[in-house]
Amino acid sequence: MHSNSRAPLGLKFAAIGGLIFLLAPIALIFVYAFTTEEKSFQWPPPGLTTKWIGVTLGRADVWEALALSLKVAAISTTLALIMGTLTAAAVARSRFFGRETISLLVILPIALPGIITGISLRSAFSLLDIPFSTWTIVLGHATFCIVIVYNNAVARFRRTSGALVDAAMDLGADGVQTFLLVILPNIATALLAGGMLAFALSFDEVIVTTFTAGNQTTLPIWMLEELVRPRQRPVTNVVAMAVVIVTVLPILAAYYLTRDGEHTAGSDK
Amino acid sequence: MSGFDTTQSAIFTPRSGPLSRMVDWVIRHPRMFVFLMVLPITLWLGIVYIGALIALLIQSFFSIDEFSGIVVREFTFKTYGELLRPYNLDIILRTISMATAVTIAAAVLAFPIAYFAARYAKGKWKALFYIGVMLPLWSSYLVKVYAWKLVLAKEGILTWLFAKLHLTWLLDGLLSLPVIGGNSLSVSYTGTFLVFLYIWLPYMIIPVQASLERVPGALLEAASDLGATPRQSFRMVLFPLALPGIIAGSIFTFSLTLGDYIVPQIVGNSRLFIGQAVYTQQGTAGNIPLAAAFTVVPIVIMGIYLWGARKMGAFDAL
Repeated sequence: MHSNSRAPLGLKFAAIGGLIFLLAPIALIFVYAFTTEEKSFQWPPPGLTTKWIGVTLGRADVWEALALSLKVAAISTTLALIMGTLTAAAVARSRFFGRETISLLVILPIALPGIITGISLRSAFSLLDIPFSTWTIVLGHATFCIVIVYNNAVARFRRTSGALVDAAMDLGADGVQTFLLVILPNIATALLAGGMLAFALSFDEVIVTTFTAGNQTTLPIWMLEELVRPRQRPVTNVVAMAVVIVTVLPILAAYYLTRDGEHTAGSDK
Repeated sequence: MSGFDTTQSAIFTPRSGPLSRMVDWVIRHPRMFVFLMVLPITLWLGIVYIGALIALLIQSFFSIDEFSGIVVREFTFKTYGELLRPYNLDIILRTISMATAVTIAAAVLAFPIAYFAARYAKGKWKALFYIGVMLPLWSSYLVKVYAWKLVLAKEGILTWLFAKLHLTWLLDGLLSLPVIGGNSLSVSYTGTFLVFLYIWLPYMIIPVQASLERVPGALLEAASDLGATPRQSFRMVLFPLALPGIIAGSIFTFSLTLGDYIVPQIVGNSRLFIGQAVYTQQGTAGNIPLAAAFTVVPIVIMGIYLWGARKMGAFDAL
């Protein structure tokens, strides 16, 4: 649907107003990161300074939280890439008993509210006497990261012709060669996009994490603690700005990698 | 002739190397191949995830001994009965009303954005609208909540804006209203509502826009050629065609509001929502059975909702 006529004025205002509503709060984060006000959220900021960026860079607790978040996101994304791709290949390429069940199972962790995933994992850990560790966080994150990778990979597998694989085999390539030289180059960008989105999602996750982290602090948990009991507002402002930059870059990159008309998992998280 | 021999051996001689040989064996057994591919996911989701969900459901049929605070592992509906106590029932109704209000507001706000982006935006504007939806969708959830704490603070930009426009009386009037008001926006239901609306709005825009993109422009031109006013062609042509998209979006806005416990904790008054009730019951109160029974509420509501949405064809718009 596309029209060459001009939009009615009312519609134009409503749409642009909506756009401002969507973007202004994020822009505000960037202003507050440089404010000189320390105790309140005063607007307009009384002055601008870059001092708090330096202070934040020197904070050990922020770095530790960041390191844990990056570690968890990296492991979860790797696990999700392996399992998501395998499942996508099986679901897209063959019909087998339980195929529908598996494609429903993969969507479930995203369809149910995060709090349900969180509390059920937590109660399972306590029933089985599993102590909290990095791996309990990873267990929760990988569960929903798989969906993202799966959605991206399954769309690409459906578009890639199966004849390519047969042709490679007929020409004498063995299974490993076929995978490395034919399948992988075909699905690489979809995996990269899915992997980046999964990484961003894991890096940002807080609801499931509060249930599976025990007393470890990932960056979102650090933010949550600051939100509930503010200790140093300027540092929080700078961290918030950094997090926006870190999560937005992969999204823009994923957009450029898959924008040739393909539906990415990003559209429904 | 030796030529035949080579052909024969080219087909039948196993490849060198244990890895290649193993891969070849797996490929020759398609069932085994598929089995190996879906084995990890079945173990992970089927056992870890579904197992945990079932364990949770079972616990909702246990009860807690009121004196000792110990979980009694006997089958009972007592915990579900507790959900019907006025205090708990209030929590459920409050959450459902909030989810409904957020869903309706999101649909109203999303429609012009999606319609403009689908029908009129091109080139730079199209990219801007894409970024305008994707940026808030993918920005960190907590950062979005934090941004709204900045916006809604008493000394923040919104109060300043109202003062600049000489509308302070309007804001004060709004805050003095019974249920939706409060001391300041950041401790009122209005504040909670605005944050929910902001956070889940992109989930409404995307499916609505997808369903509007599929409406042929000629259909609207035909409607106006046949004498329909813009209002009529909206009501009789555009809206019915966008409805599956709106319902698909409402699945997200409704379900996500039902399960959230962080937004009302940070922006809002001290009255609990379902998510917060679950969190406090399993944490400080140590009443896992009641927490489990509370989580069953959104599952049941979403089950009914999804069943209804499926009937109205919302899944085709996803």
